[in-house]
Amino acid sequence: MTRHPHVWMGLLLWSVFSQAQAAWTVNMAPGATEVSHAVFDLHMTIFWICVVIGIIVFGAMFWSMIVHRRSTGQVAAKFHESTTVEILWTVVPLLILVAMAIPATKTLINIYDSSESDIDIQVTGYQWKWHYKYLGQDVEFFSNLATPAEQIQNKATKGEHYLLEVDQPLVLPVGAKVRFLVTAADVIHSWWVPAFAVKRDAIPGFVNEAWTRVEKPGIYRGQCAELCGKDHGFMPIVVEVKSKADYETWLGERKVEAAKLKELTSKEWTLEELVARGDKVYHTTCVACHQAEGQGLPPMFPALKGSKIATGPAADHLSIVYHGKPGTAMAAFGKQLSEVDIAAVVTYERNAWGNNKGDMVTPKDVLAIKQAESK
Amino acid sequence: MSTVIDDHGHAADHAHGPAKGLMRWVLTTNHKDIGTMYLWFSFAMFLLGGSFAMVIRAELFQPGLQIVEPAFFNQMTTMHGLIMVFGAVMPAFVGLANWMIPLMIGAPDMALPRMNNFSFWLLPAAFLLLVSTLFSPGGGPNFGWTFYAPLSTTYAPESVTFFIFAIHLMGISSIMGAINVVATILNLRAPGMTLMKMPLFVWTWLITAFLLIAVMPVLAGCVTMMLMDIHFGTSFFSAAGGGDPVLFQHVFWFFGHPEVYIMILPAFGAVSSIIPTFSRKPLFGYTSMVYATASIAFLSFIVWAHHMFVVGIPLVGELFFMYATLLIAVPTGVKVFNWVSTMWQGSLTFETPMLFAVAFVILFTIGGFSGLMLAIAPADFQYHDTYFVVAHFHYVLVPGAIFGIFASAYYWLPKWTGHMYDETLGKLHFWLSFVGMNMAFFPMHFVGLAGMPRRVPDYNLQFADFNMVSSIGAFMFGATQIFFLFIVIKCIRGGKPAPAKPWDGAEGLEWSIPSPAPYHTFTTPPEVK
Repeated sequence: MTRHPHVWMGLLLWSVFSQAQAAWTVNMAPGATEVSHAVFDLHMTIFWICVVIGIIVFGAMFWSMIVHRRSTGQVAAKFHESTTVEILWTVVPLLILVAMAIPATKTLINIYDSSESDIDIQVTGYQWKWHYKYLGQDVEFFSNLATPAEQIQNKATKGEHYLLEVDQPLVLPVGAKVRFLVTAADVIHSWWVPAFAVKRDAIPGFVNEAWTRVEKPGIYRGQCAELCGKDHGFMPIVVEVKSKADYETWLGERKVEAAKLKELTSKEWTLEELVARGDKVYHTTCVACHQAEGQGLPPMFPALKGSKIATGPAADHLSIVYHGKPGTAMAAFGKQLSEVDIAAVVTYERNAWGNNKGDMVTPKDVLAIKQAESK
Repeated sequence: MSTVIDDHGHAADHAHGPAKGLMRWVLTTNHKDIGTMYLWFSFAMFLLGGSFAMVIRAELFQPGLQIVEPAFFNQMTTMHGLIMVFGAVMPAFVGLANWMIPLMIGAPDMALPRMNNFSFWLLPAAFLLLVSTLFSPGGGPNFGWTFYAPLSTTYAPESVTFFIFAIHLMGISSIMGAINVVATILNLRAPGMTLMKMPLFVWTWLITAFLLIAVMPVLAGCVTMMLMDIHFGTSFFSAAGGGDPVLFQHVFWFFGHPEVYIMILPAFGAVSSIIPTFSRKPLFGYTSMVYATASIAFLSFIVWAHHMFVVGIPLVGELFFMYATLLIAVPTGVKVFNWVSTMWQGSLTFETPMLFAVAFVILFTIGGFSGLMLAIAPADFQYHDTYFVVAHFHYVLVPGAIFGIFASAYYWLPKWTGHMYDETLGKLHFWLSFVGMNMAFFPMHFVGLAGMPRRVPDYNLQFADFNMVSSIGAFMFGATQIFFLFIVIKCIRGGKPAPAKPWDGAEGLEWSIPSPAPYHTFTTPPEVK
């Protein structure tokens, strides 16, 4: 009977710790790839080397601080050099470092070998979202933060995946060697998924390579790791790893959707339909800078509410959205959004927040610019 | 008797006291006045940069956006870094150099006193310019203290031009200060003070000064290229015009890595005086300390790209920078082993300078350990740009550079003011700083390893608890520094009169002159045997 309290205590402790586990994580996770395991092992090896050296050095220090105090009547010794000891503590650390450099070099060589990939995906960093393009598959999409603004502003309870959730995750098949071609459209970003031990800077104008082969299906989360402006903390990465069959199904569905999107361009749109679609596009793509009520954050991010552009000629408005404004944070959305979405968002901006122009830009107008440019 | 009177008459003719009023400080060429101004300026910047850190920690106290907008948060992280590096730590060491190098080598003053005045007075101008950008339209610098292009060029707020000019002024000031240190040490040593008899603080500063002269022009070149890109249509850092954003990082870190040693080597030197004093035992391995410092300085020029392990450097480059970085652990280890051996079998007491010095050795070593971990390139793929890095460099800068400065301040305050500081309050300052600092920065290792990126104003709930602990520690550390101000003012205004040599185990020429140090010292060079 006396054992009962222990059992209960154990259970209590277990429940406290298991609940708190997520919140008090103190170490790196081993991850889900061969490379991430190797990196984790290196991390733990060098950590334990440091612990052992620390115990020796700090042990000697604390021994000295306790035993060699003047208050214990200690008289100071006179020695101030010893060639033997000094050579020893130069050579021994050197040998430890060489021993550590060997496995690190092996892992690094493996990390750099991105040849013979099964799938190539171009990853492009934008302020502040990621774009994924499955090379040779005609499938591409943006991946935006999905956490509602209410949660960020503390007006709603924060979910488990607060700031680590996106509208459309990157989808990968399990077991395949996936090569990432990482680049950026504006400033430097860094694509990081801790579970894969993949972190590569996305540099505008250059393409970096990285690769992974994920062992287990599941959902893996990461974040942009390089300061990229205002919303650097709000451009997460979510990767959904599916079985081969599920991945193929998903890819097929994406291709059908892409085809449907093209059809939408030729559809006859009404003002209401465009405004409704534009509302959604605005709140995923434009809201970070121009803000929910179109008030912007002047002078870096101008207001659209009552602005000359949003209430002036529609063609100029469309042109700025399509081509961007060089030298500013305003990107050229012609390369980012579909014809329908550009038309919708421009129409929305001309008819929201009291701008009430009542006119509309149709997907065909956007297509006209695109065709004029490609000539 | 008559000789004494004669001496007095002689001194009254030549060794006049300071001028009266404000112009004393504006026009002074006295190394002690200039040293004092550097130290006060640095402390003011320490409080300002610290208050920005308090804003950062207040925002990170809880998940969600509470206090500041992300755009302003980025200005806070940027200004915190810039002000602490260029405004607090570097001027504090220049202040210590001004005060102590002439006293340690038996020189009457710095070699170039007018330039000394100018190099100080550039700093208030530079920082006024820098801080004023916070009130400009579009806000101040918001691209991190490392100001990577193109975030700091094409995408920067308009105030970036003022930032560039402020960096130029700071650079000119540092270069002049460094030239002055080199000229003083190489020319004004007392007879018999050979290079290998110099106190280590003088040695480390000599080496630091050469680092400054070598890398500050590189920083100037870096920001000038930015200026050209922004205003004159060049494309050094823009791929669209044939440039390369990564070039910026190479140039910046070629400055930046020696810069981190600029911020720590003088502290190494000061601690190498303080530990022997309170161990009542000569420094262990003086010669190896000098060579280790020189080796660290040399290695600091060939490791810069370890800050860039994830930018896509080719494998061979990556390996070179990993091996070179690992090598730094050897001379740094030698230094730590030497300090421990100095304490070994000493007769130790723990006055405030010694407490800060011992904490320096322990906590700097912890920062060194995380540095060793970061040097392993594949592991760095996980650590890079996370809070693990933030923990690492705060462990080498706060209990490294800043504890080194505190240790120096308490150690030499009796010499500067002629009064002993209040030992009880000094110890309280130490313990509050020690606990606050560890509470603020140790949990950052954990959140970094668990995956929290740096420079974010908001985070997932899994990081919430440790961030709250960090913030509480940071508030504690911050508040404690106002207490330090009180201790110093109390010590200036009064206290037990300090003898010429207040520490029984101390060695060196600075203790051969009265406390407070007279306005002019060593007008006749002392003889060093």
